[in-house]
Amino acid sequence: MDITVESIVFLIFSVITVGGGVLVVTTRNLFRAALFLMLSLFGVAGLFVLLAAPFLAGVQVVVYIGAIAILIIFAVMLTPQVTHTQGRNTQWTAGLVLAVILFLMLISVVTPIAEELGLDDWSAGFTQDDPADVPDGSLTELGRALVDPERYMLPFEVASLLLMAALIGAVMLVRPEDTRPRETQPDEAQPAAEHTREQLSSSTGD
Amino acid sequence: MVPLWMYLMVAASLFCIGVYGVLARRNAIAILMGIELMLNAVNINLVAFWRYQTPLALSGQAFAAFVFVVAAAEAAVGLALIINIYRRRQTVIAEDVDLLKW
Amino acid sequence: MNINWFDADYLPWLIMLFPLLSFVIIVLFTARSRIVSQFVALAGIGIAWVLSMVEFVKVVWASDAELGHEVFGSSIDWMTLGTRTFEMGVLVDPLTAYMLLMVPLACLLIFAYSVGYMRSDPHYSRFFAYISLFAGAMLTLVLADNLLLLFVGWEVMGLCSYLLIGFWFHKKSAYQAGVKAFMTTRVGDMLMMVGIGYLFIVARTLDFREILYNEEMLAHLASTPAVIFGGSAAALIGVLLVAGTIGKSSQFPLHVWLPDAMEGPTPVSAMIHAATMVSAGVYMVVRMFPLLSAGADFHAGDFSAPMIVMGVIGSITALGAAILAVGQNDIKRILAYSTISQLGYMVAALGIGAWVAAAFHLVNHAFFKALLFMASGVVIHAMEHGQHEAAEHGDEHLHHEPEQPDGLVMDYVPPANDIRRMGGLLDRIPVTAITMAIGGLSLAGFPLITAGFWSKDEIIADAWHGAGEGYLLALLVVLCLLAAAVLTAFYTARMWFMTFWGAPRTPAAQHAGIGSFRNAWVRSRWARARRLEGVAVSHQDRSSALWMEVPLIVLAFLAIFAGFIGVHTDFPLLGALDNPLHEFLGGTLLEHPTAVDFNWLPVLASSLLALAGLGVGYWLYGLRPLGAEDADPAEQALGAGIWRVLENRFYIDILYRRYLVRPAEWFAVNIVIQAIDKETIDGVLETIGEAFVWLGEFFKRFNTIVIDGVGDGIPGAIGSFAGWFRQVQTGRIQQYLLYVTLALLALGALMFIQIR
Repeated sequence: MDITVESIVFLIFSVITVGGGVLVVTTRNLFRAALFLMLSLFGVAGLFVLLAAPFLAGVQVVVYIGAIAILIIFAVMLTPQVTHTQGRNTQWTAGLVLAVILFLMLISVVTPIAEELGLDDWSAGFTQDDPADVPDGSLTELGRALVDPERYMLPFEVASLLLMAALIGAVMLVRPEDTRPRETQPDEAQPAAEHTREQLSSSTGD
Repeated sequence: MVPLWMYLMVAASLFCIGVYGVLARRNAIAILMGIELMLNAVNINLVAFWRYQTPLALSGQAFAAFVFVVAAAEAAVGLALIINIYRRRQTVIAEDVDLLKW
Repeated sequence: MNINWFDADYLPWLIMLFPLLSFVIIVLFTARSRIVSQFVALAGIGIAWVLSMVEFVKVVWASDAELGHEVFGSSIDWMTLGTRTFEMGVLVDPLTAYMLLMVPLACLLIFAYSVGYMRSDPHYSRFFAYISLFAGAMLTLVLADNLLLLFVGWEVMGLCSYLLIGFWFHKKSAYQAGVKAFMTTRVGDMLMMVGIGYLFIVARTLDFREILYNEEMLAHLASTPAVIFGGSAAALIGVLLVAGTIGKSSQFPLHVWLPDAMEGPTPVSAMIHAATMVSAGVYMVVRMFPLLSAGADFHAGDFSAPMIVMGVIGSITALGAAILAVGQNDIKRILAYSTISQLGYMVAALGIGAWVAAAFHLVNHAFFKALLFMASGVVIHAMEHGQHEAAEHGDEHLHHEPEQPDGLVMDYVPPANDIRRMGGLLDRIPVTAITMAIGGLSLAGFPLITAGFWSKDEIIADAWHGAGEGYLLALLVVLCLLAAAVLTAFYTARMWFMTFWGAPRTPAAQHAGIGSFRNAWVRSRWARARRLEGVAVSHQDRSSALWMEVPLIVLAFLAIFAGFIGVHTDFPLLGALDNPLHEFLGGTLLEHPTAVDFNWLPVLASSLLALAGLGVGYWLYGLRPLGAEDADPAEQALGAGIWRVLENRFYIDILYRRYLVRPAEWFAVNIVIQAIDKETIDGVLETIGEAFVWLGEFFKRFNTIVIDGVGDGIPGAIGSFAGWFRQVQTGRIQQYLLYVTLALLALGALMFIQIR
């Protein structure tokens, strides 16, 4: 592999992504963790650009950094932090060990090490480094495909439905408890009224 | 160009970092951040595979777009749940919320 | 898709759709809001009315060209059973159109009236949902193009009548009345269903067009011998269908439910008595008339079995119910018996083949009976208001009212309904008094100017004609109907004069007036409790009076003018209108009926009898109005013994109770429970049981020694293991995730091994 401009840029974004990720899970202060999350997500956006998916990179910036990360920051500010306590829970070592094992397992499949291990059935083609060019108008095509009844329109509509449901669900979940007295319906008022009447009549000895 | 496996390795490390975050952080919001990292790792994989294996097809990009949607929905509902739990139990520490305990 | 919704193929569907739709909307969505529900119901029936008018006009325009054979209609496949496909369809011919002129209009007015009448009811939305369903079912029945769909509407109405009569289900008498109505009509419905089934077996179809407009089919039905009782299949089917009508239209001997149906709110009574329920029965026999008369030439005095049944039953009912109406003191019950009596007229008319006259009377009766019922509702409303006012003024205390009896009691009259306690309401509710007088005159058949006169006269003229030919059935009909006519005029006069004439006989009548309506139950329980809570309950609510009075005025107009469309061609002066109804309806059936020749005698007879009845009524109750302490002159004239019989409705209800309901209960309690259940079945079971008890003892010994030792050991082990293992369930989400990751890794490792 030659050292090209592209590979340098890739390296930089990879470091941003992975380093940001590490800081997200290690920083004790949640606010800072959220900022590092933004950094990491930005790195991912850079990788998308390198992968010739500028649209997704834009969406990544707008949706993830612009919306989700901001949402997380809001949540962090809405819930008081106890920063001086331990950021990790009691099982963090087990978690770390498992994560590392998982990482090693994944590495053994996706990298050239796989061939050494005799796992090349799985990793065939992973060493590829000169893919075909992305055709012009790929983004237009994607836009069409998303609203084409033959292709992705149904998933697209379902996704919008899901967003709607999530929106309503989130609003319902965080809605303040209803403290107003409920409007008395005649149907409900009636037994209650009868009750009152009985109480009154019994108290007056009627 | 950079070979495919390098992207996959970045994605794998980001995913494992996310797993660690989910397993090891105390704060529920931090757990949610771990989940976001994992989702991003998946997205990197999707786009990378699209770019290297099937650049003429669109499914890779389309799937990544749908992952965005699901992530947004998940973040909104997840954070709403956390705030609701905080209101009821005055805590955002995942370990303290053990209602399902034996 | 370009659909012209006023096209004949779609319009009839829409008519019945809208009230049903409002039922669905109210039940599912708007039940919480009284105002919205009210307007949804009004909109549903209002649209149905407008569409019906459009349809009616279309039919009238089309009637020049042989409409009887070119009916509007369309149908769709409903369900396929075996090799037969049942169709669901609509059909509009002149008869349907004539019904469409009446049903939605009467329903609309009743709905509007309900807005005022039910205002204070806690279950206001539910009420509107039910009456929407009721109206929708009636429209379905009217528009149906086959007996099956007609029967669906028929049964839905049965359900609605049950729900609405028992609407104030807190009152024991109300729910008993609901059950009574449901069970009594069910007797007729069962027989009718058998008839429909048998018709399907013989004819292989239930479609009106294929049966009623098909001479071959009718001949086939008339020539096929019936499975039982001899006679033709058509006769047996006809009798069974007539049995359905006897139940639904409340004919003797199944008439007992209708007077008790007064337990429902007054708009419901108006619905049942005018626009929907009882009309359905008569409509069905008018519709099926070609089948009922199949194989018999009734013009020549050869009446088929169903026609004889109808003629006899109708005559008995018309006369008997008219006699009973004289002896009632409950204003609504008088009207109930008058309904039964008038329905008897229609059924008797069908018995002698005068189906056009029957349809004519059906529609006129619906108008003036709806008017009378709604007016009586206002009277009751005014009286309850009066009772309330009187109580507040200390003249009469509410708790001095006779306690409501527990359940249905024959001669109990709610104080607000009791005409003996009224009097002098004329100047308190004048609009109601005058409109009720118009309705009453129409009911009594006041000559020349009322709708009731023309239709009743046409029935009597047809019967007179038949009697003149020497047919016994027609003779019976004409005698009974003329006797009933004089009684009708008399009890109508009695009711009106006792209610409105003279001086108030009680403090309640003294204070009567239209305030906000609260029926007896609602007021005594709900409103009183609200007052105790300090919630103001308004006493004078003008808008509710408006909602109630406007429909009365509209109906009073119809009660007069709806009759002029059916005046005989040869009648002097008014005959110039050319009897459009007869020509119009005549096109409905295969055979165009010829109007009987004009004859002065029946006209004079019925006019004189009506005037005589009214005159006697005026002489007894009008000239010298009843004082507070006076006895009823009719009661004095008849003697206390006969009066008791009338008050107890000829003891028919008691008879049913004693010989049908009681034996059924006795059978259930003594035979089924005691003899079969307790002695026979239980005896056998007990013997078996004892054997098993002994066996059980044996096993118990065995158990304690052998099985318990092993049995207790295993559960114990499982229990302690579970006690240890449940600690896995820490409730910590992250710990669970740890296990998940562990499992994931294990799976991955497994795959590695496999690949290698």
